[in-house]
Amino acid sequence: MTKIWNRHFETMPREQMRQVQGERLRDTVERIYYNVPYYREKMQQKGLGPEHINTIDDLKKLPFTTKQDLRDNYPYGLFAIPMTEIIRLHASSGTTGRPTVVGYSRHDIGVWSEVMARTLTAAGAGKDDFIQIAYGYGLFTGGLGLHYGGEKIGASVIPISGGNTKRQLQLMEDFGSTVLACTPSYAAYLAEAIEESGIQRENLKLKIGVFGAEPWTENMRREIEKKLKIKAIDIYGLSEIIGPGVSFECEHQCGLHINEDHFIPEIIDPETLEVLPEGELGELVFSTVTKEGLPLIRYRTRDLTRLNLETCACGRTLVRMNKCTGRSDDMLIIRGVNLFPSQIESVLLEMDETTPHYLLVVDRIDNLDTLELHVEVEDRFYSDKISELQALRMKIQHHVESTTGLSVTVKLVEPKTIERSEGKAKRVIDKRKLI
Amino acid sequence: MIIKQLSVFLENKSGRLHEVFEVLGQENINVSACSVADTSEFGILRMIVSDPEKAREVLKSKLFSVNVSEVISFATPNTPGALSKTLRILSDAGISIEYLYGFSVGDKSFIALRSDDVAKAIMELQRHEMELISASDLYKF
Repeated sequence: MTKIWNRHFETMPREQMRQVQGERLRDTVERIYYNVPYYREKMQQKGLGPEHINTIDDLKKLPFTTKQDLRDNYPYGLFAIPMTEIIRLHASSGTTGRPTVVGYSRHDIGVWSEVMARTLTAAGAGKDDFIQIAYGYGLFTGGLGLHYGGEKIGASVIPISGGNTKRQLQLMEDFGSTVLACTPSYAAYLAEAIEESGIQRENLKLKIGVFGAEPWTENMRREIEKKLKIKAIDIYGLSEIIGPGVSFECEHQCGLHINEDHFIPEIIDPETLEVLPEGELGELVFSTVTKEGLPLIRYRTRDLTRLNLETCACGRTLVRMNKCTGRSDDMLIIRGVNLFPSQIESVLLEMDETTPHYLLVVDRIDNLDTLELHVEVEDRFYSDKISELQALRMKIQHHVESTTGLSVTVKLVEPKTIERSEGKAKRVIDKRKLI
Repeated sequence: MIIKQLSVFLENKSGRLHEVFEVLGQENINVSACSVADTSEFGILRMIVSDPEKAREVLKSKLFSVNVSEVISFATPNTPGALSKTLRILSDAGISIEYLYGFSVGDKSFIALRSDDVAKAIMELQRHEMELISASDLYKF
């Protein structure tokens, strides 16, 4: 029989699930109305009070929350409990210099562990497994999210974090890792590194991969599965909602089950903001209904996907979302890190030497994302000396890296060679073939 | 003496170098000396031309990034050890050289040299009676 971590919620009949969601939504709205002035004002503007939200059908009356709202209330303005109750902060890149900050109560860490336990169980992991967590630990939610889930299911967690490929391979062999958790592009990179290292596949115990934090294709999945001889499972999450654990694939690999007793999904038309019927492609929106620290109502993820309410072959009734097919904004995901072109722009505007005319070229070379920044330099800074120009390149590189957390190759280009346009300028060339 | 040198920033793209010379030719500007310093990403074309101000304007109007800097131009006999002797004068005076380019023909070698202290370098070369080339010799067309 399929292993399911929380059979009660994961296989709950739909009508009952709607009931649970309605109750939890009502409770959450009441909490934020009284504890978060920003939400109270937004609701009052629409003539709404907590008394208007009683069932799940009332969700659509509520105002949306965007990344901009998080920014306007930076860092803690949307938190719904006193800071004394917050036991953890994480952060991800925002649209400009400021990161998006999320806070967790002890209860929230419990919710996170629960949804990650479901995720890992659905992937086929259990207490006999050794989980090598090669997601980054730190402000990024990837590492610690997997960590809590792994501990919750009683597996042996190996918190190696990202990078240091040689060490990854050594521990994978010596510790007998059975589950690998990392970004899909790093998995593909590790697969090649294993081939080159001369490690015999039969000396590795690896059987499952839990991959997410960036978009990847079915082709990439097949390639990784073939090379690593594992089953590769897709997971989805975003720090604003909880981190990894928002949705997960089961062994049937046919869509990602959303932990909808915690995170209620909707699909909207990003233009009209109307809720779309089941099955239609649109922007994914989440309302968190069990979180205490940072409950978000109708948070616009900007990810484009569709929902499927059919019961899965695994027995779960949790609604499934397709792999996201794109974004309704210009955010890029590079090596699992979110990048908005506007972040680059603000770095360039801060420097005297550069103009805000730039072009980002994203590619995937040997399975790793590469980021190249073409930038025009202010005329007076085009030096006669190679050393000065090289130093300028390094300076831009350093500024971009420290702001975005991404390594970048800077290319200085001649003045006025980057295309100007009246409307939306073409700032990004993404050569990765993902969909 | 002090010679004005133009530096043009060029991306490594085929045809760019040719475009610079085409523009100068059309404007009747003569190039007396030139050199290209290259890196994997970009190059810098340095040249001495008959009318540096005009050259700068026309290149700018064609959206090239142009810099004017000062170099020293001098001649040495076209014999073994001659350049070494000149450079020795500069290094003894503690003057460092950023780059130079040159060419020999007949009994003379001509050198364009960029240093961190152009005025001092000229003084030293004059003191040792080296043959400096004046701007008027080069700019005249």
